Amino acid sequence: MPGSPPVPEELLRIEDLHVSFATDRAAVPAVRGVDLTVAAGEAVALVGESGSGKTVTARSVLGLLPSSAAATGRVLLDHGAAGPVDVLAADRRTLRALRGTAAAMVFQEPATALNPVFPIGWQLAEGLRAHGRGTRATRRARAVELLGQVGIPDPERRADHYPHQLSGGQQQRAVIAMALALGARLLIADEPTTALDVTVQAEILDLLRHCRDELGTALLLITHNLGVVADLADRVAVMRAGRIVEQAPVGELFAAPQHPYTRQLLSAVPVFGSAPPLPARPAGAVDAPPVVAARGLVVEYPGRWGRPPFRAVDGVDLEIGAGEVLGLVGESGSGKTTIGRALAGLTATGGGTLTVLGETLRPGPRRRTGTAAGRGGRLGFVFQDPAASFDPRLTVGACVAEPLRVHRPELDGAAVAARVRELLEHVRLPADTADRHPHELSGGQRQRASLARALALDPELVIADEPTSALDVSVQAQVLELFTRLQRELGFATLFVSHDLAVVERVADRVAVLHRGRVVESGPTARVLGAPAHPYTRRLIASLPVPDPRRQAARRRAAALPRQESQQPQQPQQEQQPLQHPLQQPHQQSRQTGATTP
Amino acid sequence: MSDRPAAPDRPRHPAAPDRPRRLARLVPQRVRGSVGLQRAMLLTGAGLTALLLLAALLAPWLAPWGHAQLQDGGALFGSRQPPGPGHPLGTTAGGYDVLARTLWGTRTAVAVIGLSLLLSVLPGTLLGLFSGYLGGWADRLLVGVADALYSFPSLLLAIVMSVVISGGRSSLVGGLTAAACSIALVFVPQYFRAVRAEVLRVKAEPFVEAARVIGTGHLRIMFRHVLRNSVRSLPLLLTLNAAESVLTLAGLGFLGFGIEPNSAAEWGYDLNRSVSDVTSGVWWTALAPGTATVLTVLGVTLLGESLNDLADPRLRRRRAPAASTSPTAAKEPTRA
Amino acid sequence: MTLAPPLDGRRDGPHGGQRDGAGRGRFRPAVLRSPLARYLAARLLLVLPTVLLLLTAVFFLMRATGDPVTTAFADRLTPAQLQQKLHAAGYDRPLLTQYLDYLRQVATGDFGRTATDNRAVGEVLLTYGAATLELACWALLVAVAVGVPLGALAARHRDRAPDAVLRLAAVLGYATPVFFVGLLLKLVFAVGLGWLPVAGRASVQTELRLQDLADPTGLYLLDALRSGDGAAVADVLRHSVLPALALGLLLAGVLLRLVRTHLIATLEAEYVVAARSRGVGARRLLTRHAARPALVPVVTVLGLQVAGLLGGAVLTETTFEWKGLGYQLAHYLTVRDFAAVQGIVALFAVVVAVVNFLVDALAALIDPRVRY
Repeated sequence: MPGSPPVPEELLRIEDLHVSFATDRAAVPAVRGVDLTVAAGEAVALVGESGSGKTVTARSVLGLLPSSAAATGRVLLDHGAAGPVDVLAADRRTLRALRGTAAAMVFQEPATALNPVFPIGWQLAEGLRAHGRGTRATRRARAVELLGQVGIPDPERRADHYPHQLSGGQQQRAVIAMALALGARLLIADEPTTALDVTVQAEILDLLRHCRDELGTALLLITHNLGVVADLADRVAVMRAGRIVEQAPVGELFAAPQHPYTRQLLSAVPVFGSAPPLPARPAGAVDAPPVVAARGLVVEYPGRWGRPPFRAVDGVDLEIGAGEVLGLVGESGSGKTTIGRALAGLTATGGGTLTVLGETLRPGPRRRTGTAAGRGGRLGFVFQDPAASFDPRLTVGACVAEPLRVHRPELDGAAVAARVRELLEHVRLPADTADRHPHELSGGQRQRASLARALALDPELVIADEPTSALDVSVQAQVLELFTRLQRELGFATLFVSHDLAVVERVADRVAVLHRGRVVESGPTARVLGAPAHPYTRRLIASLPVPDPRRQAARRRAAALPRQESQQPQQPQQEQQPLQHPLQQPHQQSRQTGATTP
Repeated sequence: MSDRPAAPDRPRHPAAPDRPRRLARLVPQRVRGSVGLQRAMLLTGAGLTALLLLAALLAPWLAPWGHAQLQDGGALFGSRQPPGPGHPLGTTAGGYDVLARTLWGTRTAVAVIGLSLLLSVLPGTLLGLFSGYLGGWADRLLVGVADALYSFPSLLLAIVMSVVISGGRSSLVGGLTAAACSIALVFVPQYFRAVRAEVLRVKAEPFVEAARVIGTGHLRIMFRHVLRNSVRSLPLLLTLNAAESVLTLAGLGFLGFGIEPNSAAEWGYDLNRSVSDVTSGVWWTALAPGTATVLTVLGVTLLGESLNDLADPRLRRRRAPAASTSPTAAKEPTRA
Repeated sequence: MTLAPPLDGRRDGPHGGQRDGAGRGRFRPAVLRSPLARYLAARLLLVLPTVLLLLTAVFFLMRATGDPVTTAFADRLTPAQLQQKLHAAGYDRPLLTQYLDYLRQVATGDFGRTATDNRAVGEVLLTYGAATLELACWALLVAVAVGVPLGALAARHRDRAPDAVLRLAAVLGYATPVFFVGLLLKLVFAVGLGWLPVAGRASVQTELRLQDLADPTGLYLLDALRSGDGAAVADVLRHSVLPALALGLLLAGVLLRLVRTHLIATLEAEYVVAARSRGVGARRLLTRHAARPALVPVVTVLGLQVAGLLGGAVLTETTFEWKGLGYQLAHYLTVRDFAAVQGIVALFAVVVAVVNFLVDALAALIDPRVRY
């Protein structure tokens, strides 16, 4: 092996890795010179925004890049007795032998990483079979054992289930079981919790921590979520545009970031429990009638093949005062998006009463589109996916002008153009944006244009459905800042739907927590999020990883104690670790911050 | 959210698949963007299609005789004459010149392709748009009818239609229209299904909902937002159906339901006549019309297929950076 | 190992999300409780309207040209004779009565009588249906034996030489009309080389011999095997080769392309990458991990090809004088016997609807995510 051999404790050493992809025009570099090491038992987080090359780096470790990729450099992976092997230069046999044994991978979307037409037990046994482990019967027994170990109840029966019969969290547990099956000393987890709800995320993070602490498995954690980093990592590498800009122990990185990009990233991420207090509403607004009033609101989706209908919203009471921002939080399937759609007349209500801007929306199908308020331009909507919310064939200007053209036929072309320019200026987009097509804009720019469209007719109510969840943190911060400023200037009321408590904490005057179609708790933001009364709200808050390693460690311990099954001693056991000992100090110094830990 | 290996970098490729395009601009554009085999397929397809159109245009000058000519200056051509001077590809059992029939046949083929596509695209698309957008019981009924027709052998459907339209006996114009109408009826459900599926997808897109929120009228939404984004798969379907219409026409002719030999030249009819020739070792009457059919279908199919492959990032040899989910082949080729 | 029990139950899964609120769950027979059974039952219910719709369409379309008797005999009989014949066949009654009568007859398996040779259409269907069934089975055999392995080969060597050759062959197979393939095969193997018979299902001796059987099935290979005559078996097989190839290669081309496209898609799926990340080898990835998910769309689309198979059978039978339904259909078309045509087309409609149901059931069995 040329070059200096890595020290024995190192499981992975990446040296000067370059990866580029062949495209129609020219090769596009995705990774440009990455150096990274992972030692035995260490948890290293690779952090970056979309397009930073972190996933490509992770995939190159097991030689899983698509055929259009070209990689140079060295990726040395420890392969037990055989010593370190350069993955990029290895032949197919060696590569096959390495995969799953030297390192194993946990994927972002468990739903797509599991084969839909095979039982999970069979899929688990396939890895064992590929490496010639055991007989059919022993492999099956081992599969059941592993499924039990990762916390899947009734593993004997579950092994015969197909992926779609499992919940998202259980699917990810199964994927982790598959990665653990061959006793790999290094787990590469590519955004392992991004597709999951926050309470499930907490469980998966627990499981991964357990693998590290109990089994001594090293972790290479790929993520964009700084909360996850603070929760799990010993050491952090920050990636940007294919390069690692900063590497440091987790405590150091959060406490004293060196690189400007790291500082920008850390300042952009909303930290739960440390939002600046919102300015008080003007008193006059309190006496005005509420813009939205819902009593016992029910929304049902018809069932298929004679199944009973699915009740997405189940008797919700809701009120939004004039100029007020109501944050609607909940996990996927809680009905929060459905409520937003019902308010805009996109989904028919199934019961209860719903009054929006003075119009009572009756149950049943609607003959005309939208609501009277929408038709009158008094209601605006901001969609989650900025890429999909613009007609790809129209220019941004035409999209923003659409409400004006529909509702202000008296305006001539010049007046419309002037108003569009004004709106774009409001959301801080350059005037020439109007002539461009949506796909030529970045995600943040599109979401701002979306906001401009929603505000085109000076609405009294804006419904924002997860407006920032498709955006990177730094972009999210800008859009949120823009939103709060416009909201304050223009004084429209808002239903702000989000799964992210830290975001809601920053923008909402009041919060309503949804769980399975019902409001479990609502009230002023500081009260609900600071001193939650309902157990579900408490669980949500406890599950949320805070992007601050010291506070997160304290929160974790506090959350673990009442569960009565605090499993592992929290002290790290990698005594022989040559590099850093990041987790050893913060535990002692941690203090309770804010009113967040229940 | 996260970076995926297939999409390594932003900003997005400016030529994302949602750019408005015309079919005419598509071919040169695609040639430039293609490599190797796909390029060869595209060029072959375009070449053969151009050849067909050229032959149809120039048939009166290219063909040595008329399509129904039996004699030259009082002298009959004779039946089943082997290839030789005067008749480079010989004569048929009925005494026609094979080369002349084959060349004139390109006109019939082009006319039927054009007419059948014209008669099917518009109703199919409009039905699909209204049915998919409005939904309800009318939609369900139309889907049932379209599915039933779609699953039925298209050749039989065309036969039934041709019985209805012409009673099976046909002159030039009557025969052409009968054949085109029969084939068009087969295609209408295909366009209906393709467009309706796209409409259902587009209807749920946020940009359409954005229009609904502000109370845009149904017609404006349908034609301004939905229709324009629902016809992406039509160019491919058009070429596939053009190929299929040639095959169906030949099948109709082969079963004796085509166009009478003295009103127009039709390859399927000539092939039918040559079945008995083949048994007695006369090969030249079958070879020319058969080869012409194959080349026509081959050209159009290759053209459509390679355009489709190049438009679909998953099938493309070099993947584009922006690999969003694109519609797969709108329809697998079926044929009778 | 002590781990926190998962807090996430089965939420919002395809089956877990439905809340069976009190009083909202309706009574259902036990058989229909499994989603698969429920799906199949609902799918089966769709067969009937489809068949009814096609029968109705065929009936009214065919009748739009006039009644079969007039069409067939108008130039041969005097008006009085024609009238008598019309009355005898019931074609002078109101159209709606005829239609309802037709439906009643079809429901009992009676497809009416042919106009020209006055045979029961049902009997014609039975006699010639066996021949068509035999041809279709041969063709399917050829198609699967050729199309599936070659499609897998093309997918595995994607964009390399074997793929290029195979794809070109598949497009060529699609572009060539069956009857032209048949004519070429005949020219080369029957007329040119003299290896195989030119046409027919069997030689005259064999046919006579098979007719002597106690209860012939009409499937010649089966009958020949039962007769225990080796020469007859060989003769039947020799006659089957060319028609089977002509029709089978057409389907093989379609199948090849289908298998290739869907295998390429599943080979790139994340779950195949995931299996690769655990060290599963390339061959097993192709034959198990990618093949089975790809099978679902392949089977579904192949079901739609049944229509193509039947249409192709009509043309193949005409080319090879294979005395099946298609051959008969062409005959009745030339003599303008639309009563017979209507019967044959109606039978095809029933066959297509039933086969599509079976295919959907098969797809549902392969794919555990039974849904619609």
